[in-house]
Amino acid sequence: MTAERVISQDVEATVRQHQEHDAAGNSKFGFIVFLLSESVIFLSFFTGYIVYKTTNPDWYPPGVTGLETREPLINTLVLVSSSFVIYVAERYLHDKKLWGFRIFLLATMAMGGYFLLGQAVEWSSLPFGFKDGLFGGMFYLLTGFHGLHVLTGILLQTLMLGRSFISGNYDNGFFGVEATSLFWHFVDVIWIVLYTLIYVWQ
Amino acid sequence: MTNISLEAPEVVRGQPYPGAPDNWKRFFTFSTDHKVIGIQYIVTSFFFFLIGGTLSMIMRGELITPDADLVDRTVYNALFTMHGSIMLFMWTFPVLVGLGNYLVPLMIGARDMAFPRLNAVSFWMVPVVGVLMLASFLVPGGPSQSGWWAYPPVSIQNPTGNLLNGQVLWILAVAISGVSSIMGAVNFVTTIFRMRTPGMTWFRTPAFVWSVLGAQLIQLYGLPALTGGAVMLLLDITIGTSFFAPERGGNPILYQHFFWFYSHPAVYVMILPVFGMFSEILPVHARKPLFGYRVIAASSILITVVSGLVWVHHMFASATPSWMRILFMVTSMLVAIPSGIKVFGWVATIWGGKIRFTTPMLFALGGISNWLFAGITGIFLASVPIDIHVNNTYFVVGHFHYVLYGAIVMGIYAGIYHWFPKMTGRMYYEGLGKLHFALTYLGTALTFLPMHPAGLMGMPRRVASYDLEFAYWNVLASLGGFLLGLSTLPFILNMVSSWIRGEKVGNNPWRAYGLEWLTSSPPTVENFEELPLVVSGPYGYGRNQPLVGNTPNPGLTEFPESLTAMQSDEL
Ligand code: HEM
Ligand SMILES: [Cu+2]
Repeated sequence: MTAERVISQDVEATVRQHQEHDAAGNSKFGFIVFLLSESVIFLSFFTGYIVYKTTNPDWYPPGVTGLETREPLINTLVLVSSSFVIYVAERYLHDKKLWGFRIFLLATMAMGGYFLLGQAVEWSSLPFGFKDGLFGGMFYLLTGFHGLHVLTGILLQTLMLGRSFISGNYDNGFFGVEATSLFWHFVDVIWIVLYTLIYVWQ
Repeated sequence: MTNISLEAPEVVRGQPYPGAPDNWKRFFTFSTDHKVIGIQYIVTSFFFFLIGGTLSMIMRGELITPDADLVDRTVYNALFTMHGSIMLFMWTFPVLVGLGNYLVPLMIGARDMAFPRLNAVSFWMVPVVGVLMLASFLVPGGPSQSGWWAYPPVSIQNPTGNLLNGQVLWILAVAISGVSSIMGAVNFVTTIFRMRTPGMTWFRTPAFVWSVLGAQLIQLYGLPALTGGAVMLLLDITIGTSFFAPERGGNPILYQHFFWFYSHPAVYVMILPVFGMFSEILPVHARKPLFGYRVIAASSILITVVSGLVWVHHMFASATPSWMRILFMVTSMLVAIPSGIKVFGWVATIWGGKIRFTTPMLFALGGISNWLFAGITGIFLASVPIDIHVNNTYFVVGHFHYVLYGAIVMGIYAGIYHWFPKMTGRMYYEGLGKLHFALTYLGTALTFLPMHPAGLMGMPRRVASYDLEFAYWNVLASLGGFLLGLSTLPFILNMVSSWIRGEKVGNNPWRAYGLEWLTSSPPTVENFEELPLVVSGPYGYGRNQPLVGNTPNPGLTEFPESLTAMQSDEL
């Protein structure tokens, strides 16, 4: 009993410290759990897309034969590479090089902005709308819902950029930046699946 | 026993509510204490239980005669829709989240949930959902009439032409409740994975915590699918997309898949914590360790997985291809196995124990017996030929009310009585509790048993009038329904009066074994002055093992050598 007690008190001291000061670790864990759950919404939309597409032989609205893939491909490349850019930003922050962090974060935001702009241009040039059959519905639902996530990501990045000017902001780690970056990778991966489903598989 | 007055310990860090744990005003504040939030959840959802119950009694009033004479048929549709939706989204889910909120941090030796503020936000969404639901009684056209599952094409009709109609409000309410549940689930899962006190390994974690973990994991993988379906449904109603509209080329069956992919597992979100409470309550009142604790604990996770693979059993009659029917018939029967294991473990636990027939024990035993019955009718329904015959009849209504009222509501009552002394420091009145149990058990049988023969004879569900041949069973069911309404009165009386002036019974009146009993009643703000150091597994009745290696609350001398080294003969 007593030996056990001594050992366990020892363990307690360390674990307790860990537990009470590892709020950031909790937040990170929770955020990953949340993203996993969020991905199920996309999964269900994807499932819907596949079911509709495979059960309706002529599901494009009349007059539509397929989608232009060139601009969306450029858009995709920009979005995917922005994931690397935000990673670099994060590395800079690790090394406490704030200006490097800010510049690369700005670059990420610019690339995200470019993506959204490209999306808007594409939408406005399409000959079908939200209400044009199942294809129209699914197309705008998927790209729109994903676009909302991109927008959220950019807003988060703006927030992180602003907070980097608060002195002492990173004294207790930088969970916010990690989460933002994780979210951006998530948005990226979803887009790759989405691009494959909508543009590649025609 | 004397009651020790507890100074709130110095560790209290700027709590947003005034004063000690017995200050009632804190229940009306944006508190981040998991215990306050737990009780806020329980009391708020009980209020909605009463509303949902009132609606059910209007329905039973309608059904006591074969003709549609008390309310109009469209009103009846609105009644069963709102009754079902309120009972599920406003009562059963939130009340169980409340119990989990109260108990999980205490049981794992944490000071609070992982994200206290998120926790408070999740709770305060519940009243918002309630207001939205109830507001639909006021909009033109009245509440949604498409049942709690809102199948299209019925749910995407909009006869009044208003954008603000009952169905849209219903979807918004369900969506907000979904957001609240997801935030809660993230919180619970993080808490259970990362906040267990030193020494609390997985297989020292109480079965209730395991069951909450299983339930919340279901929320995480299931709810998003329903959310996806609900977004598409909302677009169909408001913008006019054609996802589920057959006349525009859509596929209403797809909605059914989205809906049941979540809503079958959702049944386990509700029943798992109740199983967990049975597993906690039986050992205490039978003075024996939980039989097969590890298996019972792990079977919760097994249920989490398997329950995600059975949803099509709700769609046997939805033009489902027969290979799919057979596949899902088999998986549905498989899910009975982990549940059966649990029942076996409970029976073995009380077998030969020194049973004390307290109110929580009676409710737990009653709940288990009802669950057994509902499980058997459930196996009937899982077999395709029988389900094709009784699908959409009162047999189904009888079956799921045996689960929902017979097992889940009774289990919730059991939990509330069992932990009432922990939450308040006072004892409820045993006599009133037993009266409540008797009325509830009889009322459940009288209301929901007759629905089975009525259904087998062919009485369809969701109708305001019926053929004379079903009248006998319906009169019985209606009388039972009013009896159930009556049964809540002794409960309310008991809770209110014993909270105010019940006998003070100290910190561990059940002489129970578990971390939540190692702190004061009601627990102080951060539960433990010093985090408990767990040195052995749960349910140590008769094992003469200490539970913890330190004294988590040194001020509480009252503890009988307590769980730090309990004497087996005391148990
Ligand atoms: C006083 C106790 C209760 C009575 C008398 C009662 C009665 C009823 C009746 C008459 C219906 C409509 C059947 C039909 O017309 O098809 C119904 C439906 C339903 N009830 Fe209850 N009920 C009670 C308690 C509960 C509880 C506690 C729950 C859940 C926790 C619940 C969940 C449901 C659900 C989900 C439906 C299906 C609604 C739909 O068809 O969309 N009920 N109940
Ligand atoms: Cu089911």
